[in-house]
Amino acid sequence: MSGELELKLRDRLAKLKRLHLPGAGISDEVRRIEQQLEKMDSGDERDEDEIWRSVEFARHPERPYTLDYIERLIGDWIELHGDRARMDDPAVVSGLGSFAGRTVAVIGHQKGRGDAVQRVKRNFGMANPEGYRKAMRVMDIANRHGFPVITFVDTPGAYPGVAAEQHGQGGALAASQAAMARLTVPAVACVIGEGGSGGAIAFALANRVLMQQFAIYSVISPEGCASILWRDAGQARKAAAAFRPDAVHCLELGVIDSIIPEPINGAHSDYDEAAKLLGSSLRATLDELKKMSGKDLRRDRRDRFRSHGVFAS
Amino acid sequence: MAGRIDVSIEHKNSPPEPGGSKKHPNTCPKCNSHYRDDELAANLRVCAQCDYHFPVGALERIEQLLDDGSFIEEAADLRSADPLGFFDLRSYKERIAEAELKTGLGDAMLMGQGKIEGLDFQLTVMDFSFMAGSMGSVVGEKFARACERAIERKVPLISVNASGGARMQEGILSLMQVPKTVCAVENMRDAGIPFISVLTHPTTAGLLASFATLGDITIAEPGTLMCFTGPRVVQQTVREDLPDDFGLAESNFRFGHLDAIVRRRELKPTLAKLLRLFGHVG
Repeated sequence: MSGELELKLRDRLAKLKRLHLPGAGISDEVRRIEQQLEKMDSGDERDEDEIWRSVEFARHPERPYTLDYIERLIGDWIELHGDRARMDDPAVVSGLGSFAGRTVAVIGHQKGRGDAVQRVKRNFGMANPEGYRKAMRVMDIANRHGFPVITFVDTPGAYPGVAAEQHGQGGALAASQAAMARLTVPAVACVIGEGGSGGAIAFALANRVLMQQFAIYSVISPEGCASILWRDAGQARKAAAAFRPDAVHCLELGVIDSIIPEPINGAHSDYDEAAKLLGSSLRATLDELKKMSGKDLRRDRRDRFRSHGVFAS
Repeated sequence: MAGRIDVSIEHKNSPPEPGGSKKHPNTCPKCNSHYRDDELAANLRVCAQCDYHFPVGALERIEQLLDDGSFIEEAADLRSADPLGFFDLRSYKERIAEAELKTGLGDAMLMGQGKIEGLDFQLTVMDFSFMAGSMGSVVGEKFARACERAIERKVPLISVNASGGARMQEGILSLMQVPKTVCAVENMRDAGIPFISVLTHPTTAGLLASFATLGDITIAEPGTLMCFTGPRVVQQTVREDLPDDFGLAESNFRFGHLDAIVRRRELKPTLAKLLRLFGHVG
């Protein structure tokens, strides 16, 4: 591994140690980074199996989805439908509710569970432009009324369809990020399953980005990467090991701010426990952001993303 | 900068185009007219017979658009690092070195100051022949700096785009260039700086999901493929024939995603007009 990465990691460790936050996951994270640094010293890499386990858990058909967490964490939930122009996209859920004593807006990708009908109804969590426009509408409500925005990211990617393209998929993804960049309320994103590329980033331009232990977050699916670079989708495992979509790697690169622990056998093994762990990280993160002014929140969010990238000069 | 630019963004193993073998880069793929390099360059790399727009590299684009000698390059020293130690069939480092040799560019974007008809602006130009114009950390950083320079200098930003999307070899960091450039545009918007986005063939995926679609004015050259997902993947998903103009500028114009389609010989006068209309800023 490069020395640059190690420096970043050490810098991040120092920052975390200064924070002294009560939030769950912080001390775990410190331990994790320390372990990672130790591994680096010994020149050891996480193996392919461990990364592939994250890929499998993240896509597990029984993994809890956005509505499962809303049901367990959000009080007075009311779902808000439709983009006010064309349709209501069932692959995106958005609405208002109460969390930790305040009103929040919640936006997330939604996959269907169980039979094919349910999964097709939610389009496997792949949103159309209308879904992103519905989300922007709810972001606007939140911004005008001072509600923090919580997003749940769980999509293989934005839907690759003819109508999606005709209705401006790329532009909708960009506009959704721009809307998040303009918010003067706290925004926290949680990657709870598949953080698939442009479809994911549309909901992830937040002040803090949290990621569940066995979620994945990547620029392309392992299969997509394998079919383009190895010219063989069957090499997905190898591709995943090369670009490392797992939470630890995302934390190393500073792409996420903390890892939310999951029950030992994965979030799908115990929904209540997974929701409890997610809820306490969310609460701690929102408490931390509460102290910032609207202008500072916006600046903080833009500065956070400004710093991403590794290059030489 | 001869027109040897491979603009296929499709899979290398995809079935060959009807019509068979790969054509010479100076042969028009639409009407088969063949040109000497100097005559094609003199006609701004547009087919004199059928108006097909051949791809244009970044340096030649600057020559075509800007007042002579007005380009002052900035951030020229930025080079890609290899944060993941990425290795597929070849190493990322090797791919970059090869692209540098092939194009004579440091990465897929040139950034700097320029003038059209004496009007000053900040400029970014992409080059598809450098790793399919893919956006990694260097492209993201150059674009963010271009926005910052435009704010400092109180001049408009014009970006001429051509890209297959995010640079996979930089993993998640390439995805992070998407929100990074969106934030840079938002800062520019807050500062009242005009932003003109020019889409040229092809501008797809990560570029469309970031700054390319966020212009105050968004225009495209004729025949520009501008889709978030490429035709091959969409076809595999929907399993039916795609419309003939799928993802093209003409289709996007009809659906309301573009202010105008501007032919290449009209591009410089159009940009001049926009620069005059937006006038002095700040």
